[in-house]
Amino acid sequence: MMKLLIKNGHLIDPATPENTGMSILLEDGKVAAWFGPKEDLPTDCEIFDASGLLVAPGFIDMHVHLREPGQEHKETIASGCAAAVAGGWTSVCPMPNTTPINDNAAITRYMIEQARKAGLANVFPIGAITKSSDGSELAEMGEMKAAGAVAVSDDGRPVPNAGIMRRAMQYARDFDLPVIDHCEDKSLSSGGVMHEGRVSLLLGLKGMPALAEEIDAVRDIMLAHETGAHIHIAHVSTAGAIDAVRQAKAKGVNVTCEVTPHHFTLTDRAVEGYDTNTKMAPPLRSEEHRNAVIAGIKDGTIDAIATDHAPHHADEKALEYDRAPFGITGLETAIGLAFSELVHKGVIDLVRLVEMCSVNPARIFRLNGRGTLKPGSHADITILDPTLEWTYRNADSRSRSRNSPFDGRSFTGAAVATIVGGKVVYRR
Amino acid sequence: MEKPFRRRDLLGIRDLTAAEITGILDTAETFGEISTREVKKVPALRGKTIINLFFEASTRTRTSFELAAKRLSADAVNISVASSSLSKGETLVDTAMNLDAMAPDCIVVRHSSAGVPHQLAKVSKAAIVNAGDGANEHPTQALLDAMTIREHKGQIEGLEVAILGDILHSRVARSNIHLLTKLGARVRVAGPRTLVPKDFKYLVAAGGNPSGSEDVRRGISHPSDTLPTGRVSASAARDPQLEVSDHIEEAIHGADVVMILRIQRERQDSAYFPTLREYAIHYGLTNERLDLAKKDAIVLHPGPMNRGIEIASDVADSSRSLILDQVKYGVAVRMAVLYLATGGQPTSE
Repeated sequence: MMKLLIKNGHLIDPATPENTGMSILLEDGKVAAWFGPKEDLPTDCEIFDASGLLVAPGFIDMHVHLREPGQEHKETIASGCAAAVAGGWTSVCPMPNTTPINDNAAITRYMIEQARKAGLANVFPIGAITKSSDGSELAEMGEMKAAGAVAVSDDGRPVPNAGIMRRAMQYARDFDLPVIDHCEDKSLSSGGVMHEGRVSLLLGLKGMPALAEEIDAVRDIMLAHETGAHIHIAHVSTAGAIDAVRQAKAKGVNVTCEVTPHHFTLTDRAVEGYDTNTKMAPPLRSEEHRNAVIAGIKDGTIDAIATDHAPHHADEKALEYDRAPFGITGLETAIGLAFSELVHKGVIDLVRLVEMCSVNPARIFRLNGRGTLKPGSHADITILDPTLEWTYRNADSRSRSRNSPFDGRSFTGAAVATIVGGKVVYRR
Repeated sequence: MEKPFRRRDLLGIRDLTAAEITGILDTAETFGEISTREVKKVPALRGKTIINLFFEASTRTRTSFELAAKRLSADAVNISVASSSLSKGETLVDTAMNLDAMAPDCIVVRHSSAGVPHQLAKVSKAAIVNAGDGANEHPTQALLDAMTIREHKGQIEGLEVAILGDILHSRVARSNIHLLTKLGARVRVAGPRTLVPKDFKYLVAAGGNPSGSEDVRRGISHPSDTLPTGRVSASAARDPQLEVSDHIEEAIHGADVVMILRIQRERQDSAYFPTLREYAIHYGLTNERLDLAKKDAIVLHPGPMNRGIEIASDVADSSRSLILDQVKYGVAVRMAVLYLATGGQPTSE
C-alpha cells in the first residue's frame, strides 16, 4: 500500500507539545508513526519535504453549502470539495438546505457517495432538524445519523417554535447528535438585508438587529440547559450572543459555537458601495460587534472557525442589493484570513488556530480519529506556510461560484498542501 | 488636460462638497430663467441623449426630468419598468449594460431599492443621475428644496430646519440632512419613535461617516441601557448640526423651515403607528404647531401630500407653504444636474 513520509515539518498537534524537525509516516490511510530529527527514516516511501512548513491535523469546516443535490449551477459536491482542499480543508460538513432538503438517510447517503466519487475532501453531512426544514415535524435523525450525518440543523430556516426546538433537542440527545442553530428570530429580522445600525441608516437599507440573533441564542441556550442537549451556535456575530455563550459555558451548559472569517474581518462599512457580495446572514456587524468576536476568539468562548461557504451564481448576485441572495463563498480565503487577521495580529497562536480549525470541530461533531496526528488516526493533514504571501482572485476559484468579497485581497499565510486519507489531493 | 467626455454621476448628496452643491444651485439659478421665457428652450444639450429609467411609479419627478432635458434640447427617452429587472428574467446589470450599449450620455434612474444607481455607475459608461433610490437618497429633491429655501431666506447657513415624519424610510430626509448640514444649517428631525431611530443623530458625524461606537448590548446579565459611547466630533458636540428631537413640537420650536414628509399607509400595516387618524392628531403639521416656529417660517413638502394627515389643508394652502415653488425649482435644478452630468461647467459666482 501507499506510504507517504512528511519530512522535517513543524508538527502542531495540540494534544502533544509542538515538535520541530519531526517526520510523520502515513500508511494505508492512517498515521503510522512519528520520527524525531535524529531517528532513522524509512526509505520505501514517497517523500513530502515539509521543511519550514507547519504540519497540522486536517482542517474540518463545520459549515458549508455544497448545493448538491438540486442547485448544481451554484456548486456541486465535487466542485465544493475542490475548493475545500485548495483552501486547506480535509473535511467539510454541508448544511441540509439542498433541493430537496437533506432530511432523510437517502439524501445523506447520496451526498457521501458523491464525495467518495470526487475523491477529494471528506464530506460529513448535516441533516435537517425538521422535515423540509419547515419547522413542524421532526426529521428522521436516527436514520440520518446511521447513514453518516454528524449533526442536525435547519440552518437558514431556524426552528421558530420553541416547543418544537425543545423536543428536537430532547430527541437529538438520544442519538448524541449536536443541534446546530443559525440564530435568527425572523420576526425581528425579516426584510432586513444588513446589520441594523448607523451604517444601515446611512445607506437606507433595512437592518437586521443584533437582537434577532441574541434572542434566539438565549432561547436555545436555555433549552439546551434544560434538555441537556448539545447546542452548537452557528456563525456567532454579536456581542450579546457571544456573552450569552460565555456565561452559559461558565454554568456548564453543553454549548459550543463557531465564527466565520468574514465576521472577524469585515464590518458593515463594507456594505457602502452596495456590493451584493457583502450580503450574508448573519450580516456583517459593526466594529463593536467585530471587537466582541475577536475577544471571544481570544478568550476561547468561540470554539471553531467555519466558513459558511455559500456559493451563488453570478446572475443571482447581479441584482439589487435588497433582492440578491444572502451568502458568500469562503473555503479558499478562510485560512489566509485566519493567518492575516488572527495569527499575525497576535489574537491567537498557531496551536489555537489548529484547535479552532481541526481539534474542536472534530470534538464537536464526534469525528473519532480526526483532529489529531497521533499514530492510528486518519491520515488527514493540512500543511501550512504561515509566511507565504499570496493574492486571492475570484477568477481562479475552484468553486462554481464567484461571490467572494475578498477578490484581489492579499494574505500572509496559506495552506500549501492538503492530504486526505494519506493522499495528497492539493498542492499549491 | 480636458478629457473628451467628462462623466459626472450624481449618486447622492453625501458624496458632494459644499462647494459642489453651491455650484449646482448657482447653475440652476441661471437656468431657472429659461422656463419663464416665451420659447422655453436653449441648445445647451443638443445632440445629447438622456434615458429616464424609472423602475418605480413617479409623475412629478419623471415629468420634471423630462421637461428639464427638453428645455436644454437633449433627446430624452422615458422607460418605465414595472418593478425590478428580475420580473423580466434579466439581471439589473443586464438591463444597465443593454441601455448603455445604445450610448446615452446620461441615465436618470429611480428604483425602489437603495444602491441601484451606485450599482449601475459601476458598469455604465453614461453618467448616472439618481432620481431616488429606495430609502437612500433623492439628491435632486434636496437640491430643489435648497433652491427654494435660498430664494426665500437668502442663504442656508445658520438656518434652523425641522424635518418631520417618517425619517427612517425617507430618501428625501437623508438627502436633505446631508445637504443642509453641509451648507451650515442646523437640522432637527422628529416623528414617531418607531420611524425616527435615535442613531440618526450620527448620520452626518465626520461628514457622513458614522464614527464612534454603537450601543452594543452586553449579554443578558448586564443592563441593556448603557449609554452609547459614541464619539461625536468636537465641533458637533458643542453645536450639533443634527439632532433627533423627542417631540415634534420641540423640533418645530424656533424653526426657519419646516419640512414635512409623506406618510405611507403601508407603515400602519407594519405596526409603525396605529392609524392615520392618530398620526394626524399627534404628528400632523397643524397651524397651532406651526405657530411654534419663527413667524416667517416656511413650509416644504416633497409631495404628493396626504392632506389632513401629515399636513393640515389650511397649512398646505397658506402663504407659508412653498410646495408649488418647490415643483417649479425642480425643473431648474434638474436642468443644472443634467447639464453638469453631461460635461457642462458650473456657473461660478
